[in-house]
Formats: sequence, C-alpha cells, structure tokens
Amino acid sequence: MAKLTLPAQELMYPGHSACPGCGPALTMRLLLKGLGPRTIVSVPACCWTVIGTPYPTTALAVGFLDNPIEATGASISGLRAAADALGFKDVNIVGFAGDGGTADIGLQALSGMLERRTNAIYVMYDNEAYMNTGVQRSGATPAGAWTTTTPTTGSSHGKPEMKKDMMGIVLAHRPAYAATLNPSFPEDFVKKVEKARTIEGPRFFHALTACPPGWKYSSEQTIALGRLATDTGLFPLYEVEGGKYRITRKGGALKPVAEYFRAQGRFAHLTPADVDRIQEQVRADWAHLLSLERPA
Amino acid sequence: MTQKVMSGSYAQSYAALLARVQVVSAYPITPQTSIVEKLAEFVASGALPAQFIKVESEHSALQVCVSAAALGARTYTATSSQGLLLMHELVHWASGMRTPVVMGVVNRAVAPPWDIGADHTDTISQRDTGWIQFYVESNQEVLDTVLQAFRLAEDPDIRLPVMVNEDAFYLSHTVEPVDVPSQEDVDSFLPPRDARAVLIPGVASRLGSFTGPDRYVEFRKEVANAMRRVPQRLRDVEEDYLRVTGRSHGGPLPTYRTEGADEVLMTMGTMTTTARTVVDELRAAGRKVGLAKLRVFRPFPVDEIRTLAASVDRLGVVDRSFTFGPTGPVATEVAGALYTSPHRPLITSFTAGIGGRDVTPGKIRWMFDSLASGEGAELRWADLEETRGVLVHG
Repeated sequence: MAKLTLPAQELMYPGHSACPGCGPALTMRLLLKGLGPRTIVSVPACCWTVIGTPYPTTALAVGFLDNPIEATGASISGLRAAADALGFKDVNIVGFAGDGGTADIGLQALSGMLERRTNAIYVMYDNEAYMNTGVQRSGATPAGAWTTTTPTTGSSHGKPEMKKDMMGIVLAHRPAYAATLNPSFPEDFVKKVEKARTIEGPRFFHALTACPPGWKYSSEQTIALGRLATDTGLFPLYEVEGGKYRITRKGGALKPVAEYFRAQGRFAHLTPADVDRIQEQVRADWAHLLSLERPA
Repeated sequence: MTQKVMSGSYAQSYAALLARVQVVSAYPITPQTSIVEKLAEFVASGALPAQFIKVESEHSALQVCVSAAALGARTYTATSSQGLLLMHELVHWASGMRTPVVMGVVNRAVAPPWDIGADHTDTISQRDTGWIQFYVESNQEVLDTVLQAFRLAEDPDIRLPVMVNEDAFYLSHTVEPVDVPSQEDVDSFLPPRDARAVLIPGVASRLGSFTGPDRYVEFRKEVANAMRRVPQRLRDVEEDYLRVTGRSHGGPLPTYRTEGADEVLMTMGTMTTTARTVVDELRAAGRKVGLAKLRVFRPFPVDEIRTLAASVDRLGVVDRSFTFGPTGPVATEVAGALYTSPHRPLITSFTAGIGGRDVTPGKIRWMFDSLASGEGAELRWADLEETRGVLVHG
C-alpha cells in the first residue's frame, strides 16, 4: 500500500457540526491541507454555513466570509480585487459552494467570475441535492434519485431529468484549470489542489461529496461509496489544464453501476431496466472522456 | 479648488476619484451609466488606480463591493431603480456585515410600466436595510455628499453603508458648475480607510456567520446603535468639510424661511430648489410659509422634525414616491415622529412628481394653498389634483 503524503497541518478544527460521515466536511479538510493557512474562503448558504459552527466560534483556521446563496462567484471576485488593491499577493481566494448554490441559483455569478478571469479557486461540493434544507432536488441531482421533491410514490419515480454537466459548462469558459475531486482518493485530491494553487486565473473543482442522510446509507460507508462512484465511472477523476484532459484514475474495468446504486436508499426503487439504461450512459460517457484525453 | 461644469452623474464619478476608491464594481442601467463610464475612463487613464470589476448583474456588483470591503478596501458602486431592487438582498448584507460601501443611486421609477423618470420609490423601498440615505438637490451637493459619505461610512463607530441619491435627469443628466476640491484638501478630509475588524489573510476569522435567537437581537441592536450615532458624526463630518471646502449643506433637515411660518412644506431632492423660489414669492406676497429639505432619510431626523414642528401649525410632506399605506412613506415617518411630541401640527401628505413628472412652481403653490385651507389630509395626489398650467404628458 502506498504511503500517504498528505500535509500534516490541520486547518479545520474538531468540534464542527457536520453529520457523521459528511463528505463536505472531509472535502474542506483536504482542500485546506492543499492550500495552506493564507486562504480566505467565501461560503454561501449551504451545509457549510452550519458546519462552520455558529457565532462566535469558527471551525476553520483561515478567514471565512459568508455570502448569500447565489453570489459566491461575485464574492471571490470582490475578495481578489481587494487583495490586489491592498497588496496581499500570496493569499488563496476560494469560493466553496454547494451544488444548488453553483449549478442552479449561483450559475450566473460563477459564469461571470470565470468570464472575467478572476484569479481564484471555486469549489462546487456536490452532494447532489439541497441537503441543508432537507434533501430537495437540484440541477446536480442524478437521474432517478429520490429526493423530497422527486418522491418515489404515485406517478413520481425519482428525478426524471439528467444531472447538469457542470464540468462541461465550466470548461466552455476555458478556465485556467478544472478538475474533479473525490475525498475517497485523498492523495489525488490534495495533489490537484496543490497544483491549482500554483496556477493563475480562474480555477474550478467539482468535488463529489457523499451525504449519509440525503443518500440514505450508513455513515461508515462514505469512503467506500465514494470509491465506488469513481470506479463505476459515474464520477471519473480527471483534470483539464489549458484545454488538455488527463484522467487521474484508471482502475481497470469499470465496476457495474448497480453496485453503487444498491448501496444507497435513494436509488432503491430503480428497476433493472433503469439501471441498464444508466449503465449504458456511463459506458458512453467514459468512452467519450477517454477520447477527450487522447484526441484523434 | 477648480470649477468644472459637470452632470450630477459625473459629480458622483469625480467624488469617487477624489476619494481614491480602491474597488469599483457596477452593472449598467439607465440613467446611472455615465457615472461608471466616467470611472472606467479614470481607471483606464491611470488617474484612478482602482480595481474596476465589471460584473454580470447588480446583485454581483454589490456582492463584489461587500466582499472587497470585508477585506478592507474602499469600495464604490452605482445603480438605479430595477438594479437597486435586484441588489436588495445584498443591500441588507452590506449593513448587517458592517461593510462601509458607498453607493450612488440615480432615483428612477420602478416598472411596470417602464419609465426612466425621477422617482424615489427605488430607494425609499430600501428604508429597512440599515443604510444611511442622503437625498441631494444639486450637482455640487452630489459631489460633496459622496465625499462625506465615505467619512461617515468608514467611521469606526458607524461602519454602515451609505447611499447618495440623486434625481434622474434633473441631476444625472443636467450640467451645472461644480466646485471641485483639490486632491490635497480631500486627502486631509478623508484619510485612507481604517480597515480594522475585517478579514485578515492567515488569521482565523469569520464574517457573516450564523446565529440563533440568543444573539440575533444583539446584532440588530448593534446596527441600531451605530445608526443612532450618525447625527453627531454627521455634524463632525460637515464641520470638517466646511473647514476644508467652505461649504456645508446644513445637516439632515436644513430649513428655509421657517421663522414665524404657519405652513411648512417638507421636500426631498431637486423639487426643493423649485419650492424655495415659491417660498420667496409667497413670502413677498405676505404669506407665512417656509420650507424644510429632508436631506437624510436614514437615520430619520426625529429630533430636527420635532424642533421644526414645535413652531409650525401645518406641515405638508411631499413624497416623490408612493406606498400603499395611509400616507406617503415619508409622511408616515413624520407622523410617527410627532405622535408622541407635545406639539403636533396638522399634517398633509402629498405625492408629487413620481415617474419623473415635473414638480412645477404651480404644483408647489397648490400644495401651500391646500395646506392653508385644509384640515390636514391623509394623501393628496398633487400631480392629479393641481391642473393649472400642467402639461399633459405624451
């Protein structure tokens, strides 16, 4: 087994108020390990508003600015503008927003920040629904998933629409760097963050962050479930720098998506035909990603 | 000091330049555009070494300023009407987080129907957001008040955002001679921002945060306390400004010929200039009339209004905005301020000039006449009731 080389410094304090097994908590912890102490994080209304603990306490050893849910992209543009105006050259400016605050209501501000080439890192921590408000569907909820607003009763069969392709949307803006993150693969995670730290310009991370109460699984399964998400091809790990794709984990043959679905209550209602349909889509998406990595 | 002929919009831009703002962010909307176009020129020419963040919405414009101010920068934005309404959520954030943003607002009617004329409904409807609000009368007052706004906003005992509101077109697109103070004088009046109590790179800190009923009340009270300190601080700021430039705009409620007046009209913004000439005319004819200009709407100048009311029999309050309450919005506030006062004049609420309709001398005369003859009225629509000499629009 490879030796872990993660930075030892902890910039997230114990005593935060995340649920046991919280993917977003682990993601913040690893992110700050990669970024170091001279970091300011702007956080919209999301799980992390609460995880960060109430006034007058804080769960982070770095600067933490709250902003309204749709404005994270603008907030980091403002922080960077002030840092430049005041001569703070060595500070990481980071937006840390949920999937609803990014893919839905915050999409405009994110697009603006990317278009104006703000020198900052935007992290979408994707727990695939509005979890802080009690599991309502978002644009990033995957097809078929149960949420409180896409129930599995009567004529409703979970979310009918596809998950929004945030990496595709971000890449259309030609960011300086974009990558997927999965806290179940901490070394890959931190390596990408350390790399992003050295790049100038707009940088984006799509982090898949498992949520035990929202996805309906037992909290000790968070790491295993995250690994399955990547190893089934549902959430491939890759990075795009200067338009060039690189897949950062290729674990041999993809595992069947059924394994991932079986592990979560939110997919319990899926029929074998549903699973087959999604399996086909995942195969096609994986093949497409491979082709992007090796253009003809 | 030099004299320049400039529009009310450029007076905003020149004030921001002289204030050495560090971060500007804005989204274009008529009739605010020339403010930020001029600032873009200043930044491009190097005259203003600021970060100008061109954003995709007004909501983002104010967020940029709030976040930049949280890190310690001096920030400025400008908007109007729909843009301010889109900002509304951030308008609350700016004061709640105690970020001293200064914003120029060109007062414009709210749609529908679309109308870009002068109307205070856009800013009056922000009355509960915790911003200090000025309403000004001339381009000179625009420039002077924006400079005063930075001093007030950044005062460590205040730390609240400030709106400097000017009437669309009557000021924004009308040129007047404006005395522009020297950079040296402005620097002596307005030193660099004291950026205490903000985010610091490398230090554990949180601004915004969340709380429950156990602390929320105290946070609100802190904002209220800061607002209560504004009148004294404004006096200091105006004294300093007078010393440096020789000009004062007379506090939150400057009065005109109110000595021995039986009837006083309270106005805001540009209609005040018209009303002043009508007061002179009526005084010359032997009428005991006077004028009070509501220059500061937030914090509401309760003490000044009680002092004024002590010697007045009839008080007319002219709102260039409309609310669906018993009277115009300012009239409601005046009535509230006087209810517990020992001397309560008869109050008549007038709405005049909304949507940019001209508030003519004839209308002002009609309002004084109606004050003199009436028993006080909840609400009179001056634009619809006064018909002499009115040009019908369109």
